[in-house]
Amino acid sequence: MRVALFITCFNDTLFPETGRATVEVLERLGVEVDFPYAQTCCGQMHFNTGYQREAIPLVRRFVEVFDGYEAIVAPSGSCVSMVRELYPMAADFAGDGRLAEKVEELGPRVFELSEFLVKKLGVTDVGAYYPHRVTYHPTCHSMRMLKVGDAPLELLRNVRGIDLVELSEAEECCGFGGTFAIKNADTSAAMLSDKIRRVLDTEAEICTAGDNSCLMHIGGGLGRLRTGVETVHLAQILASKAEEG
Amino acid sequence: MKTKPSDAFSPGPTPTFEESAKESLSDSQLRRNLGKATQTIRRKRAVAVDEMPDWEGLREAGRALKERVMRHLDEYLLRLEESVTRAGGKVHWARDAEEANRIISGIAKDNGAEEVVKVKSIATDETKLNEHLEKEGIKAFETDLAELIIQLAGETSSHILVPAIHKNRAEIRELFMERLGAKDLSDSPSDLTEVARLYLREKFLAARVGISGANFAVAETGTVCVVESEGNGRMCTTLPPVLVTLMGIEKVIPAWRDFEVFMQLLPRSSTAERMNPYTSFWTGVSEGDGPREFHLVLMDNGRTDVLADEIGRQTLNCIRCSACLNVCPVYERTGGHAYNSVYPGPIGAILTPQLVGIGDPGPDSLPYASSLCGACYQVCPVKINIPEVLVHLRGKVTRHKQDRGGPRQKLDPENIAMQTAARVFSDPQLYERAQRLARVGQWPFARGGSIGRLPGRLAGWTAVRDLKPIPQQTFREWWKRNRGSV
Repeated sequence: MRVALFITCFNDTLFPETGRATVEVLERLGVEVDFPYAQTCCGQMHFNTGYQREAIPLVRRFVEVFDGYEAIVAPSGSCVSMVRELYPMAADFAGDGRLAEKVEELGPRVFELSEFLVKKLGVTDVGAYYPHRVTYHPTCHSMRMLKVGDAPLELLRNVRGIDLVELSEAEECCGFGGTFAIKNADTSAAMLSDKIRRVLDTEAEICTAGDNSCLMHIGGGLGRLRTGVETVHLAQILASKAEEG
Repeated sequence: MKTKPSDAFSPGPTPTFEESAKESLSDSQLRRNLGKATQTIRRKRAVAVDEMPDWEGLREAGRALKERVMRHLDEYLLRLEESVTRAGGKVHWARDAEEANRIISGIAKDNGAEEVVKVKSIATDETKLNEHLEKEGIKAFETDLAELIIQLAGETSSHILVPAIHKNRAEIRELFMERLGAKDLSDSPSDLTEVARLYLREKFLAARVGISGANFAVAETGTVCVVESEGNGRMCTTLPPVLVTLMGIEKVIPAWRDFEVFMQLLPRSSTAERMNPYTSFWTGVSEGDGPREFHLVLMDNGRTDVLADEIGRQTLNCIRCSACLNVCPVYERTGGHAYNSVYPGPIGAILTPQLVGIGDPGPDSLPYASSLCGACYQVCPVKINIPEVLVHLRGKVTRHKQDRGGPRQKLDPENIAMQTAARVFSDPQLYERAQRLARVGQWPFARGGSIGRLPGRLAGWTAVRDLKPIPQQTFREWWKRNRGSV
């Protein structure tokens, strides 16, 4: 199977290691990965902040760039939910019936990494080895918009050497919310402090998730407090092997 | 604590959510009261909902019924008027809050009432009815325990269902001792309610006019319904000889049998009960039983504007259960006062700006009072897609600023940043150049492997969070080098 990697502008620029890990995992499972070079940003930040007119050209660009691929995979529940769940609203906003048809057709072909592995490929053991105590935070968009369910946990449970511990009140938002963390920085920080408390309660070394945006937020707080707890994207845990672990 | 009404429904500009939240967030007592209360009620709700095998079907039925009401609102309202009139009630139409208040004070005056008793009603909070009545020389007594508490404290409601959720027992005990002259009072719930009960009994018996809101009104039969827990509503709607109900026009439901759906959805979503203690239904007036006169005031006050908005109109489906407040991570931490509206929480964040219109900094800030986590949508018993409406309203607010704001708006750093980003993202070459520039540009901030302080609005991030510096190689650079195919 040949898939297009939708790296997301966020991972491309800030977390390239997550992109490399995604490629590694997919290729290990025999998937041929293509990287459409013309991709930039899905437009989520603009759309969700209210700059919808500005987001429309980015929606059009995405639809064009990823036209024709059987499957499009991204290591981000949030960006995938933008494409799959909000592009129809964007097309309506643009008042463009042609675009609406295109995004309708595109949506079902776009996958978040864990759901692609578990639901599309039917794989729950990717042959990873990661000898660390890890807790998993289900990100809001992957859980509530994409409904990836237990797919990330199924993958984690099959990682050799891992000590997976449950996070309490896991389904509560970490407080990131894109520009929310800037516009309502105080409220966001209050939400973050509770998330951090729960992560620390698990005594995990690593907090993982399917979105680097949420992890950047949680990790930013954990780092500032010098907790010694790190955040690592799910793809990187899945890409880890014995000789590296 | 907010004591004077400077909310979105009062004249003049309203503080923004961000400004007000700052205050609430630093109130440790409030944080504890709210955290405890919302966590308890949302756990209970989950249990009450989980035992329903057809919950998703019920939600869909509730949504579909409400959607039908909104599509044919004009017909259902006329049918309601006809049914209520046939049953001996009188229907009044109010374009806005002022007209509604005038109608209600007129009825009270016609009946020589100097005091009225009230059932908990957010519609009357929306119109600021109590203030209006006071100006007209009529004293309104709130009879719902929590409404009484905040009325005595001179505060405003902070929750749709539990208006005094921000107060704990110890605070209520002090208030009752001070305002009701209660002596030797403990802070046990039964002692506290006993004091309120003794005080309110006299009011119920003396009042000539009772005022209520409505949870539902049935177009087919003219039956009005109030759902409550304490029985004070039953008293207000049966004891005084005159009953006035103020109702937003969106509260009409088509037929009696629709209660099958709503009476399963509402109690479980709001109080986590299978059935609430008191559900009162009345149809016009009945000889020798209950009030002699019944007035139903049907109020628009911005609702038809909401109806005209294709995405926004689902907001009118709300049955005021407050499940969205109890699961909202923002509400849990800021409380209701930060929203500066009688409608707080996620539903308030979409209802308030639509009712009052875009252009006031306070209500304009409400659609941004959310991380778009979607917990509200997941629990809404009538499936209002609150995140979708939030995003839609953010668009309206942004476009209003861009199109009607002055030059200051155009020079707003956020607007400039967003315009620049949009241009950069529209061209891969520009995008790659920007990635390289950011890597170079970050050097004044990146020290010792992390960024601890950023300028301008971004300082909000680094106030409590570090930021990792941008790595030396982007993914696409790695791909180009290692895979070679472009």
